[in-house]
Amino acid sequence: MGKTLFDKVWDAHVVDSVQNGPQILYIDKHLIHEVTSPQAFNELEARGIPVFRPNQIVATADHNTPTLNQDLPIKDELSRKQLEQLSENCNKNDITLYELGHKYNGIVHVMAPELGITQPGMTMVCGDSHTSTHGAFGTIAFGIGTSQVAQVFASQCLLLSKPKSLRVTVNGKLKNGVLPKDVILYIISKLGTNSGTGYFCEYAGDVFENMSMEGRMTVCNMSIEMGARGGMIAPDETTFEYVKGREFAPKGQAFDKKIAYWKTLPTDADAVFDKEYYFDAADIEPMVTYGTNPGMGIKISETIPVDNNASFKKSLEYMNFEAGESLINKPINYVFIGSCTNSRIEDFRVAANFIKGKQKANNVTAWLVPGSKQVEAQIIEEGLKDIFDTAGFELRQPGCSACLAMNDDKIPQGEYCVSTSNRNFEGRQGQGSRTILASPLVAAATAVAGKIVDVTKDIETLELA
Amino acid sequence: MEKFTTLTSRAIPLAIENVDTDQIIPARFLKATDKQGFGDNVFRDWRFNEAGELNIDFNLNNQKYSGSILVAGDNFGCGSSREHAAWALVGYGFKVIVSSFFADIFKGNALNNGLLPVQVSEVFLKTLLDTVTNNPETQIEVNLEAQTIVISDSNISESFEIDAYKKTCMINGYDDIDYLLSKKEQIEAFEMSR
Repeated sequence: MGKTLFDKVWDAHVVDSVQNGPQILYIDKHLIHEVTSPQAFNELEARGIPVFRPNQIVATADHNTPTLNQDLPIKDELSRKQLEQLSENCNKNDITLYELGHKYNGIVHVMAPELGITQPGMTMVCGDSHTSTHGAFGTIAFGIGTSQVAQVFASQCLLLSKPKSLRVTVNGKLKNGVLPKDVILYIISKLGTNSGTGYFCEYAGDVFENMSMEGRMTVCNMSIEMGARGGMIAPDETTFEYVKGREFAPKGQAFDKKIAYWKTLPTDADAVFDKEYYFDAADIEPMVTYGTNPGMGIKISETIPVDNNASFKKSLEYMNFEAGESLINKPINYVFIGSCTNSRIEDFRVAANFIKGKQKANNVTAWLVPGSKQVEAQIIEEGLKDIFDTAGFELRQPGCSACLAMNDDKIPQGEYCVSTSNRNFEGRQGQGSRTILASPLVAAATAVAGKIVDVTKDIETLELA
Repeated sequence: MEKFTTLTSRAIPLAIENVDTDQIIPARFLKATDKQGFGDNVFRDWRFNEAGELNIDFNLNNQKYSGSILVAGDNFGCGSSREHAAWALVGYGFKVIVSSFFADIFKGNALNNGLLPVQVSEVFLKTLLDTVTNNPETQIEVNLEAQTIVISDSNISESFEIDAYKKTCMINGYDDIDYLLSKKEQIEAFEMSR
C-alpha cells in the first residue's frame, strides 16, 4: 500500500519506538518565542541539562511586542521582562534570536518561511498552536506545550504517538473575491472545531494546487481550529520557487539535490486515509464568523443559524447577536488586518487594491500590522503604504498585536472587530471584545463602509492582486 | 511531576462545550516566566465580572460545589497550545478533568503535569453532569490503575482509555525528558545516519 505525504515525512524522522507506546520523533527545526519558552529554560537549568542542538533552534520576539515606537524601551514592565528573559536565555545557550528591531524579526510563522528556515520534508515544532502554518511546505509542523519545548531542548526529539490521517479535497475554481481564508473558514464551518482532533490533515485538489504559498500558509495555519495537530500540502513547483534563493535555503547543487528528494514526498496514488472529505470550490463564498469559535461561520450573505444548544446560545449572547439574523449592515468600529494567518505581503496587496481611491469610514479604527520587518519593508517598497496613508489607515510595526492582545493593541469591551486573525474566542482580542473572523478583503471592505457589507455583490468587478 | 493512582472527590460541573484555553487562562496572564500563581486566574473572565467581583452564577464560585474533579462539556481545551492552562487548573487544585472529548495539545499538556484527562462517553458525561449538579455531595472515584470512573452510591461506572506509556508515567511521576535522555546515543546515531 502506498504512503501519504505525512507517512513519508514522519517515517523518515522516527529514531525509535517504545514498545506498546509512542515513538521518538526527531525534530529538524525548533522555533521559540518569549511566551512559551521561559519555563522550559528554567526547567533545564534546574535539572542541569544543556541545550542539545542550539543550531537547530531559532528564536523571535512576537507575542508581546508593541506595534508603535519599537525603537523605545517597552512600557509594559512584564512584557519587557519576558523579552529580556528570552534574550538572556538565547545568549546563554547560543541560540540565534531575531529580537525586536532586527531586520528578520517578526511573527514566528511569518519570518521562518520567508527566511527559508521552513523547507519541505522537515519536522518542525514551536510552543504555539499555529505552527501548523509551516505544513504549507509539505512539512510536519505542529504546536507543543512548554514541557515538550523542554524535551526538544534536551534531546531534539519528542515522544509521540503517530496521529491518524485525514484528507480534505477541494476541487474546482474559486469565485472571484473568495480568498484562501474563506476556503479554510468554510471547511471549518462544515466540519466543526473538533473534527480533526487526533488527526493530521492533508489538503489536496485543484484549489490548493493553484494557490500561492501565502494562501497555503493561511489555510494550514487554521488546521488547529478544526482540532487537527497540523495541516499539510504536497510540495510542488510553487513551493520550490518560493524557497529558492531565500536566506537560509540550500543553494546550488545542494538545492537541486533537495528538490529531487522533495519531489518524492507527495502522497502515493494508492495511499489510504483514515478519513476523507470533499468540497466543491464553487460552493465557497466570502465568509464571516458570528460566534465564539472559528467553526461558527457563515457565508457573508447567509443568516445566523438557529440552534437550541446551551453553548450555542451562550455564544450568541456574548456576541449580542440573534439566531436568524444577517450580519450585513452591522456597524463595526474596529478592523484588524494582521496575525500569523493574514499578515503576509499578499494580504496587504489585496487590501490595498480594494482600498485604493477610497477612504476609511470615520467610525473605524483600522490597524494594519505586518507579520514581519520584511513584510513591512515590502509594503513600503511596493507603494502600498501610500495607499493606506491616503485612505486614512494606520500601518503599524510587526508583531502578533491584536490577534491575542498581549501587547497594547486591545479591542475595547463590547466592541466588534472584523479581524483577519484566527480566533474569535471570548475576550481573545481584549477583555469583552467581540471578534468576527474574515478575509483581508472583507476586512478592508468593512473598514471603508464602517459596517459589514456584502462583498459578493461586487465580486465580478473586484480587481484583486 | 506528582504521582497519580486513585482519587475520590466531589466534582464541579461545567456544562459548556468547546472550552478553549483562552478561557481557562486569558492571554494577559501569560507574561509570567515561572509556573507559579496561574491558579489564581483560572477561568478569570468567567469567575469575575467586569468590576472584579466574584460572579456567583459561575459554578467554581458556587459554594454548593467543591472538589478536585472538573466535569466539563465536549471538546475541552481547544485552541491555544498554552501549557499555562494546565498549570492554572493544577494550581487551582484540580487533579482530574472529565469530558467526552479533549483537544490533543491540551491532553498532552495535562498528562505532562499530573492532571488526568478522563474521556467518557456522551451518555456517561450527561449522567455525571446531572448527578453532580443535582447532588453536589456525590463522591466520584477515579482509578487510574483500573482505568475506571465510578459514581459512588450508584452502579454507574465507565472505563476510560489512556496511552499505556502515559499511564506508567502518571502512576510513577516520571516525565519524558528522563526517557529521552536515556536514548541519547540512539539519537546521535540517527543524526549520523542522515
